[in-house]
Amino acid sequence: MEIDPFIFRLSIFILSIFVGYYVVWSVTPSLHTPLMSVTNAISSVIIVGAIIAALANSEGKIFNPSTLFGYLAITLAAVNIFGGFLVTQRMLAMYKKKKKDKK
Amino acid sequence: MISANLSATFYLISGVLFILALRGLSSPETSRQGNFYGIIGMVIAVTVTFLSVGNFESGFFYVFIFLLIGGGIGAFIAFKIPMTAMPELVAGFHSLVGLAAVFVAISAFINPEAFNLGFPGNIKLASLIEMSIGAAVGAITFSGSIIAFLKLQGIMSGAPITFKGQHLLNALILISIVILTYFLCATQSSNLFWVLIAVSFLIGLLLIIPIGGADMPVVISMLNSYSGWAAAGIGFTLENTALIITGALVGSSGAILSYIMCKGMNRSFFNVILGGFGATDQSSKDKNKEQRPVKSGNADDAAFLMKNASSVIIVPGYGMAVAQAQHALREMVDTLKKNDIKVSYAIHPVAGRMPGHMNVLLAEANVPYDEVFELEEINNDFANADVAFVIGANDVTNPVAKTDPQSPIYGMPVLDVEKCKSVLFVKRSLSPGYAGIDNDLFYKENTLMLFADAKKMTEDITKNL
Repeated sequence: MEIDPFIFRLSIFILSIFVGYYVVWSVTPSLHTPLMSVTNAISSVIIVGAIIAALANSEGKIFNPSTLFGYLAITLAAVNIFGGFLVTQRMLAMYKKKKKDKK
Repeated sequence: MISANLSATFYLISGVLFILALRGLSSPETSRQGNFYGIIGMVIAVTVTFLSVGNFESGFFYVFIFLLIGGGIGAFIAFKIPMTAMPELVAGFHSLVGLAAVFVAISAFINPEAFNLGFPGNIKLASLIEMSIGAAVGAITFSGSIIAFLKLQGIMSGAPITFKGQHLLNALILISIVILTYFLCATQSSNLFWVLIAVSFLIGLLLIIPIGGADMPVVISMLNSYSGWAAAGIGFTLENTALIITGALVGSSGAILSYIMCKGMNRSFFNVILGGFGATDQSSKDKNKEQRPVKSGNADDAAFLMKNASSVIIVPGYGMAVAQAQHALREMVDTLKKNDIKVSYAIHPVAGRMPGHMNVLLAEANVPYDEVFELEEINNDFANADVAFVIGANDVTNPVAKTDPQSPIYGMPVLDVEKCKSVLFVKRSLSPGYAGIDNDLFYKENTLMLFADAKKMTEDITKNL
């Protein structure tokens, strides 16, 4: 019997939870705020679903209820992607200053 | 148009890049490179999606327009936002992820053909379940984050809102979500789908209103986790590896942060979630009603003490963020260092309104990160330090947590500030902190209270040094 592709996705999911578990424990506590903003940005990869929805273009119309929700989701996710990565970048840039500041 | 196998491979690559983005945060040196990996991963995921849809007609143009509108807003916010407002920003961003997940789920429900999930009214069972989970968790994330945002922003009172039968009501709603999902799958009725989303919005609100302002670090971490699970749910629906990997990463990241925050308060996750903390501790308040003597001083006294010290430990808390005192603090420390006084910073895990909040504020004020220490790293140093300068922190320094088993914060890890030769405590009044209990530290022999606004007091001390 063939294995349902769902099982493969489930495997990826479970293993990723473990990867996440170990990777996040190794994040230094002083960077927990950037961690939150960057996870925010990457979880907006949900935009791929939004793009597919927006471009579905069924019945030859660009705007119908289904694509409209797609466009809205694109906008929301884009706010997050740009906002999330840029604000993380801004925060991390501040952590640059180190020992040379000391007397 | 590229093949499904090729695009799946690229999604896997962007998933791996996201893992590297988080990995980079293990130290400040590698963190910026990590963020760069994250950006590359996102660019790959978006580009591949465009190529795999392969529909370059007019809709394509609109996608770009909306992408630019959203991106422009996001970039504007990212550059304008003050660092003290980071908790609000993150809560706001979580709500957007949640809402985006809901919208994608709705879109997939209306037009399942676009996602190869079947036909309206006859969606594949597994997809429908995944979709419902994604939509429900997304909706909870959205409305919960909105409440968290309002509480952090001060638009809504930070006090817990509790009423009779609250937990029972919440439990019933959660059960109804499961039942709704079951009937939705059985009947494919679109009405049930809308009801499911509406009920999920409602439970998101109800779950967060009983949680008080100082528990926000847990709430934000928890909502971070939810936004991840919502993304993962949608990832299963769309059969998209990048989304599944990311959802799992973000979900476990938020869960770990919640755990760390709960441990920092010595409270169980359920205790925080059930809420009402700080509203019900009347008994301990009454017990300490009698007036006890406190020593209070002015900036001059504080400057004198610090000038004669050889090492000073600074304990910042949320009050520092409120008073925007981090820059003034840094100036004071610069003056101290010129007098050859050793200065370090001690940060409690739950200081501030989100994990790592104090570290970001100090970094913003150009404090080198190797002078900033976590509780376990620095707690033994208090005994050898001359002066502890407590600015905007309260409950996290309360020795009662170690001595009084009756206290609501008993067992919470606290900074051993009282072991210092002298303690300078900047605070506006003697009012109790968030836990609603008196801080024994106020009445210690070696404590000098400095009653003033944190920023003004710090500036005055610098002048007197």
